[in-house]
Amino acid sequence: MVDRIAHARAIASRVADPEIPALTIEDLGILRDVALADGVIEVAITPTYMGCPAMNMIALEIETDLAAAGIAPVRVRLVMTPAWTTDWMNEAGRRKLLAYGIAPPPPGSGRRALFGDPAVACPRCGSVLTETISAFGSTACKSLHRCRDCREPFDAFKCH
Amino acid sequence: MTTTSITLHETPRVRRLLSLADDALILGHRTSEWAGHAPLLEEELALANIALDLIGQARALYAEAGNESGHTEDQLAYLRDPQQFRNALIMELPNGDFAFTIARLLLVSAASDLVWQTTLDEPDRALAAIAAKAGKETAYHLRHAAEWLIRLGDGTDESHQRAQSAIDRLWPYTGELFATSAERDAWNAVVEPIVTRATLQRPADGWMQSGGRSGRHTEHLGHLLAEMQVLPRTYPGAIW
Repeated sequence: MVDRIAHARAIASRVADPEIPALTIEDLGILRDVALADGVIEVAITPTYMGCPAMNMIALEIETDLAAAGIAPVRVRLVMTPAWTTDWMNEAGRRKLLAYGIAPPPPGSGRRALFGDPAVACPRCGSVLTETISAFGSTACKSLHRCRDCREPFDAFKCH
Repeated sequence: MTTTSITLHETPRVRRLLSLADDALILGHRTSEWAGHAPLLEEELALANIALDLIGQARALYAEAGNESGHTEDQLAYLRDPQQFRNALIMELPNGDFAFTIARLLLVSAASDLVWQTTLDEPDRALAAIAAKAGKETAYHLRHAAEWLIRLGDGTDESHQRAQSAIDRLWPYTGELFATSAERDAWNAVVEPIVTRATLQRPADGWMQSGGRSGRHTEHLGHLLAEMQVLPRTYPGAIW
């Protein structure tokens, strides 16, 4: 029984985020729990942003991958508490983001001042001489920046 | 979903959730109308992201209201008439020019930000969880709107005049955002320094528009809902 849950968890934890395929849902910290309830394997996930359009896709991939491994029936449940913050992302996730060319979020997810931000280090050259182009980037969880040293634009995972 | 309208028994909790959800959905829908029309590519992305956040907040709040009232989030969004919507009137006003859209986003986000902060400590844990997520998103919206309002107000004569005119026209719609004068004071403390920094005049508090919370809306809401609801109300139960 425990083996079946552990097996399901191992498979679910390998599902990649469709918007940042370098990261698994385990790395992101959005896989909350895998449990057995009334004979059904129940997988609990939490959204990074409430309007995150990837959640439906992630739920579908969990169901498909578990079904392919012969694990059924399965139910994917969306949980809201405790709320996800960037602190739920693990160290491996931060390293993979950086290698993928996205600046990882700074540790500490507290509330920021209304204006002014600590500089985001360029994921390519490491320079902190960067500027923010827009707080809203290619997806809801990223902002857009430019490095003034290597001149490359880059995404950063927003502190949340 | 094979019916074309629903009637609701609104407990005080359902009503509160619907006020918050309808605010988010209607402003989210208005903001989404900018898709393809924003003045800059970055702003195109920003407004689409903000609209997505707001509609995401609405979904979570509708799901919670639906748990209690026995409806789905789709039924709550698509199968109610204008009189059943609880959003503040300011959300449904047409977008106007870019200055009007930004000024509204500022005034509303400053109010929502305070609502989410005070809701964090609620005994209602489901609502507090939504507030924890929504608050972080709203803080970004507030900041974005504030940066733009300062740029517009302290920009050219034309952008200054348009920003001032937007604030003046929106001001009478801000009374409905607060239940108490203490809430309005807290909001003023956030909004005033931004308006001043934008070199704009804060309008005097005069007569305030109201009615949205009790379902008495401007004619604009009916037009907005007609567009948003036409498919599920014309083809009940339609799926793709």
